[in-house]
Amino acid sequence: MNPPNAERSAPSPDRSVSSPPVVELRHVSLAFEDKQVLDDVSFRVGAGETLVLLGVTGSGKSVLLKVILGLLKPDAGQVLIEGQDLVPLSEARLYPFRQRMGIVFQEGALFDSLSVRENVAYRLREEGLKDEARIEEQVREVLRFVEMEQAIEKMPAELSGGMRRRVSIARAIVSQPSIMLYDSPTAGLDPVTAQTINVLIAKLRDVQKVSSLVVTHRLADAFALAHSTYSAEKQALIPARTDGGPGQRVPTQFLVLRDGATYFWGSTDELTAAQDPYLRKFLV
Amino acid sequence: MINVLIDRLVKRKVLAVQEFTGLLLASARHAFSRPRYVVDTLVQMDIIGFGSLPIVLLTGFFIGGVLALQTYRTLSTFGETGLLGQVVALSMVREIGPLLTALMVAGRNSSGIASEIGSMLVSEQVDAMRALGTDPLRKLVTPRLYATLVTLPLLTVLSDFFGMLGGAIVSMSTARLSSAEYWTSAYQALQFGDCFQGLTKPFFFAVVIALVGSLYGLHTTGGTEGVGRSTTQAVVVSCVLILLLDFFYTKFLIAVGFF
Repeated sequence: MNPPNAERSAPSPDRSVSSPPVVELRHVSLAFEDKQVLDDVSFRVGAGETLVLLGVTGSGKSVLLKVILGLLKPDAGQVLIEGQDLVPLSEARLYPFRQRMGIVFQEGALFDSLSVRENVAYRLREEGLKDEARIEEQVREVLRFVEMEQAIEKMPAELSGGMRRRVSIARAIVSQPSIMLYDSPTAGLDPVTAQTINVLIAKLRDVQKVSSLVVTHRLADAFALAHSTYSAEKQALIPARTDGGPGQRVPTQFLVLRDGATYFWGSTDELTAAQDPYLRKFLV
Repeated sequence: MINVLIDRLVKRKVLAVQEFTGLLLASARHAFSRPRYVVDTLVQMDIIGFGSLPIVLLTGFFIGGVLALQTYRTLSTFGETGLLGQVVALSMVREIGPLLTALMVAGRNSSGIASEIGSMLVSEQVDAMRALGTDPLRKLVTPRLYATLVTLPLLTVLSDFFGMLGGAIVSMSTARLSSAEYWTSAYQALQFGDCFQGLTKPFFFAVVIALVGSLYGLHTTGGTEGVGRSTTQAVVVSCVLILLLDFFYTKFLIAVGFF
């Protein structure tokens, strides 16, 4: 149960996003045996927008990403990707939707037995691409995007944590998904490497206009994404403009989960203005 | 309380049988539809088949030798040491060859399959695979099943031969039999039914080895500790199932008058 003073924004139908939703969850609930992991969660993410998922460990954030990807079926509710409900679809019919989404798992989840090249090329081969020259070209292109081309021959065991995440991002974007899911992409990384990952997330969002769902424990990272844009010139994050011109702030929503239920859903400004004691803990 | 426990235990066992059957049927279906992971199957054949060769040959050779040593003592009291070739050949081809090879491969590969798939599961590689558009059963389980189905019968034949070879060396050195005496006795003893029994058992054992390993791997929970638990359970369960299956299959063949 949420405390009565919780800044819980009821996910009402009139809560609009600036563009048609590419990801929409309607009253999603999921329990593992006796434990309620997701409890009536609803939200929408528009094209090119970012949703930051906050919550303590075990609040259901990672499970939520798996539900969006169709890796887990909810007990109730709807998961709509570009208007299509994934819940009733069979595993085989989910694959076309998964091709539109990329996911970066917490530890990267690179295939241990494959080199960086083969990890990144994996999806292209699975999609039936046979032209080796084209595969190589695409693999190098995305590795260049994440600044990891020099590691193309390496095995995952030879990479540091930050490098693994970057290769994982490369693997996720190789087939140019329109939605990216990040499961704690900066967890366990030093601040410098974490910033590199943040820059990559913003680069994807601002250059390729990818919709992003970012699970994080680090509010500083989330605010960095919300208040900054990627500068191709400086190859870094620069403060976003708010005057409506180019380089303006990308719409970013925050969803705070508590015990699997929506505790807060709102904009960056609404979160920072929140007086609720539980939310203040995140803001300290 | 006891009713609840029994209920849960029975349900769990029934569910395990259901999942085992589901894996078997899915793997059978995968042979008739694309994509087929031929390279993965060949890699698994190398790991399971070629990788198990030294231990299988070594075990077969020494079991054949010790079988000859033990039976020589008994046969010599009746003056029937000439039957050594027959005893070793029949024992190896009918029973010891298939059973011991299966147990050796189960010890080596059920554990390997469970730990490999289990590690992939706990490190979210299986989820990543699904997210990247791959059916993990088709990619991970089916190649291992077909690789074991192809290699285990071949390993059994080699184990049988090396067992008879071990028996031959002991017979010639201890019982002073000539090579011709031993091999003629062995060759003449073997009938179609013996070879049929010895060569059909590995197919059943292969299914057990590959699918029990896969099933425990796919049900791994609890991080690296869970991987260790799955590995141990996979070996124990596959070995017990192989022994049970061997007994009931032999009994079935006798019942239908195969001998």
